[in-house]
Amino acid sequence: MEIGPNLVLAVLEGALAAAVLTLTAVGLSLVFGVMRVVNVAHGQFFMLGAVLAWTVAHYVGVNPTVGFVAALLVAPLLVGSLAVAADVLVLKRIEYDPENTIVATIGMLYIIQQAALMRFGPDARPVEAPFNHRIAIPWFEYTDKGFSLYWPWGLGTTSYKLAVIGFAILILIALWLFLSRTRAGLIMRATQQDREIAQAFGMPVGRVNALVFGLGAGLAALGAVLIVPIRQAHYLMGDEPLLLSFIVVIIGGLGSLAGTVVAAILIGMSDSIISIFFSPTLAKVVSTLLVAFVLIFRPQGLFGKRA
Amino acid sequence: MAAVNILTATGVSKRFGGLLAVDDVDLEIPQGRIRALIGPNGAGKSTLVGLLSGRIPATAGRIFFDGAEITALPAHRRVGLGIAYTFQITSIFGKLSLKENVALAVRRRLKASEKDVEAEVMDSLEKVELAGRADETAGDLSYGHQRLLEIAMGISQKPRLLILDEPTQGLADIEIERFNALIRALAAESTILLIEHNMDVVMETADEITVLDFGRVLAEGTPEEIRADKAVQAAYLGSG
Amino acid sequence: MAASMKSLVLHAGVVALILALQFVLPEYHHGILARTLVLAIFAMSYNLTFGYTGLLSLGHALFFAAGMYGMGLGVVHLGLPSLAAVVFGVVCAGFVAAVIGFLALRTAGVALMIVTLMFAQAGWYLILYFGKWTRGDEGFVIAREHRQILGIDLADSNARYVVAALVFGAVLIAMLKLVESRFGKVLVAIRENDERARMLGYDVSAYKLGAMVLSGAMAGLAGAAYGIMFGYVGATFASVQYSILPLLWVLLGGAGTVLGPLVGTLFMTYLIDKLSEYTHAYMLFAGLILVLLTLFARQGIMGEVRRRIVSWLP
Repeated sequence: MEIGPNLVLAVLEGALAAAVLTLTAVGLSLVFGVMRVVNVAHGQFFMLGAVLAWTVAHYVGVNPTVGFVAALLVAPLLVGSLAVAADVLVLKRIEYDPENTIVATIGMLYIIQQAALMRFGPDARPVEAPFNHRIAIPWFEYTDKGFSLYWPWGLGTTSYKLAVIGFAILILIALWLFLSRTRAGLIMRATQQDREIAQAFGMPVGRVNALVFGLGAGLAALGAVLIVPIRQAHYLMGDEPLLLSFIVVIIGGLGSLAGTVVAAILIGMSDSIISIFFSPTLAKVVSTLLVAFVLIFRPQGLFGKRA
Repeated sequence: MAAVNILTATGVSKRFGGLLAVDDVDLEIPQGRIRALIGPNGAGKSTLVGLLSGRIPATAGRIFFDGAEITALPAHRRVGLGIAYTFQITSIFGKLSLKENVALAVRRRLKASEKDVEAEVMDSLEKVELAGRADETAGDLSYGHQRLLEIAMGISQKPRLLILDEPTQGLADIEIERFNALIRALAAESTILLIEHNMDVVMETADEITVLDFGRVLAEGTPEEIRADKAVQAAYLGSG
Repeated sequence: MAASMKSLVLHAGVVALILALQFVLPEYHHGILARTLVLAIFAMSYNLTFGYTGLLSLGHALFFAAGMYGMGLGVVHLGLPSLAAVVFGVVCAGFVAAVIGFLALRTAGVALMIVTLMFAQAGWYLILYFGKWTRGDEGFVIAREHRQILGIDLADSNARYVVAALVFGAVLIAMLKLVESRFGKVLVAIRENDERARMLGYDVSAYKLGAMVLSGAMAGLAGAAYGIMFGYVGATFASVQYSILPLLWVLLGGAGTVLGPLVGTLFMTYLIDKLSEYTHAYMLFAGLILVLLTLFARQGIMGEVRRRIVSWLP
């Protein structure tokens, strides 16, 4: 394929990656914004979502659509509940001390990842998509007859991938409505703005924390369920989303949801494009160094406010 | 004979975003004197001494210490030149012993054996009457005693200029009396700049007073002059 | 006996004990213990930045790997003799630490943790990217003839044990002296209240950088020693796991104590060794221990010993 079609493919794949990444990163961003907690185990919640999706689909058996829908409903709820438990049992007890929390969530990372290894095994397991129609995409070529369309082999997407992008957008809109229009969302935003004043106003900061931690994990799990028909479930699949989510949240600006969304789109796209045109490893080198330098020289990211 | 100025600040300002906390302040402190810096809450006193000590970078102006310009010098270098600083909100090494707290202050200036350092440490602790508790953990002390410890850390540096930010806050009356005596004794070796809200302490110890309001110098003079100054009274009591 | 003499005797005694153990332990254990001792050096290097200076770095794998690859590439591509290669590895690691420190120490707290992690990850990806020279994930072997130092054959398990014990011992005593020195005490002050330390006249940035470089060089020594003693250089040692393991060892053994790193490394290495006989998922216990430590025993083993029993323990 030439540059043109390759670029279109990269953009499409990038949009898909960005959609899933946005969901995952928003989860991390909420947790940091409201709780001021860096959750190193966030990627494992993602992985759990995928693993549980396979488990649910496997046991519901029968019909891939029914199995998938069941997974879509059950997995994020289960993962969210686990996260709430982790917050109440551990994070609350160490009073969200920044360094201690990082160490504790590192511990959680290993517990969840290795438990998945023990119960799920080291193999990658596929989940069938509820629907999957191939959609070929045309490209132009300039011949002596003028511009005409042709269908390059290899340039296409699937109905499922497009559906994922659409669904992710819907979820983000729903989340935005939740945060800006509902009482619970208002309490979350208030706690993020100024936790002491929120406490002084009698807002149940403790419960807010548990809920936010659960919501963050649930969003990551949701993103994973959406991607698992394309990627397959594997016990190590949480590492890359963690790294990318971190990159997104830091570059977008800690605590800024709009920034997170914009950065997720940017990072998702560029990671995809660099991976296709150069190499995935090089893309990672660029991403990691980018995060480091943003933190050193422009710690507020793109949209965050200077602390 | 004109007194030599140990500290001179000209046109010093500090802007935080939209707020001008210190506005074009000129300050001259002659050597060997006790200068008090007073003013209503929010007048910019702590910010000003933050600028002088180097904790906070100035937006404008120049600062001279002992004749040399220190405007661009980082805080730790200014301390090295002989400026000692105590914090408004007590800042000590809570998990270390009183001895170690003061020892850290001494060691920077004295490259001697631990025995000599210890002698200096005990000397400073005696001056604030905490020598008997030298091996206790600093965090276990009452707030007032922690402030005394911080003062000990300041004087153990044998500074040319000692800056004290609200040193008597949290001290009992009898401790304040001892503090006044300590300050007067210290003035023989160091110049002292202190921010104070306690007017008794100010009137008792200060040779001169500088009054700040809204980041600007409102008045400057001897305690009697300041006491009589109408503008100062208005600033403290509110006009009208 | 003066406090510092007591400490010296205690720590020298520990080294002597380790040396004596080789006559008591069966052959099989010589290899594990030698490996543990080298990793304990790595843990001590981490203790210097984290335990004593209070800098939470999640990128120490980069320094360990810099030492290991500096030595390995020095032998294989530059044709350096073994001892020179080890020194080269240490110098490489120190240099990397200086550069990373200069950049990363402009941040603090959580940001520092992320920045160091990112630099270490970038390093790991670079090792994989330049696989042509580094052999990437697969790694490469150091041939036996390159593992001779001063006439000692490091491939021989007995000689290796003694060398590991001696190098460990030297670093342990050096750490003890460092911690008791003026420099060490300033690091502790910086950990406790760095603003206060600054306003006492200490150049806090310079001290932090110094601690980082020293720590990096020490980690590099561990990496180079590991590579040359066990004959293998690989990308795993640059992965995030090798940034988390020293944190685990130091926290468990007791951050801010000189003997803590040894205790933590010994405990975890033997625990993992035993567990890996039963399951592949032994890191689950590492995770569990980390969580339990943050909940109940932040001081670690030697930290609790110092708090409750032996208050003069450095």
